[in-house]
Amino acid sequence: MRSPLARAIGLGSAKKGAGHWCAERVSAVALVPLTVWFAAEIIAHSGSDHPTFIAWLSAPLAATLMILLLIALFYHTALGLQVVIEDYVHSGAKFVAVIALRLGCFALAAAGVMATLSVAFSG
Amino acid sequence: MSNPTAKRPRPLAPNVQIYRPQLTSVLSILNRITGVALSVGAIVLVIWLLAAARGPQAYAVVQGAIASWIGQVVLLGATFAFFLHFCGGIRHLVWDTVHGFELRSIYISGWAVVTASIVLTVVAWVVGSIMAG
Repeated sequence: MRSPLARAIGLGSAKKGAGHWCAERVSAVALVPLTVWFAAEIIAHSGSDHPTFIAWLSAPLAATLMILLLIALFYHTALGLQVVIEDYVHSGAKFVAVIALRLGCFALAAAGVMATLSVAFSG
Repeated sequence: MSNPTAKRPRPLAPNVQIYRPQLTSVLSILNRITGVALSVGAIVLVIWLLAAARGPQAYAVVQGAIASWIGQVVLLGATFAFFLHFCGGIRHLVWDTVHGFELRSIYISGWAVVTASIVLTVVAWVVGSIMAG
């Protein structure tokens, strides 16, 4: 992806900068309603026991929103932390760190989604 | 083949600690710091979900850790970090529409982010403690 300005003046990111920037914003916009929902539910469920928690998360709407939250959250996390790594790590470790970050975020999102589905289908 | 630029250290730009901290620069670095902190919070969210999926005992262990005083302090910090990153993120999204770049607007939105984050954190904890009974 190239920004219109980069195309017009023949400058701008030579790699994937514009796409990365855009994806970070799109995931941020998705996270606005999802994190508000999550924060409200967490406040409402402060100190809930296990059966109450399972009953809440096994409702289709809650399970769906939780899965969407996990996907948007770990996508946004991967994009954001990649920039942090690229700003401070300049050695060959940068490549390793970014790969580890991406795989880690994939794994954590998958684990969270599987846990949510497991609760949703058992409850 | 020798590389002449590698022989002597290149001049460095003034380091960040030379500048007097300003609202703009402090909020900028706080947006990054809270983002990194919330990444750790995202891992805790997955642990919490995995524990709930595993069963009542695992869930009780995680709930116990959160209910401990250190867990509550971390959760309070995470709440403030979340609202600061959330409000700061919305400020960034507004900037992305090429609005609010005047010096006055920058400071108004900056203090609005700080105020809203504190108010939302207090409201979240007051309502949360009422809900918990």
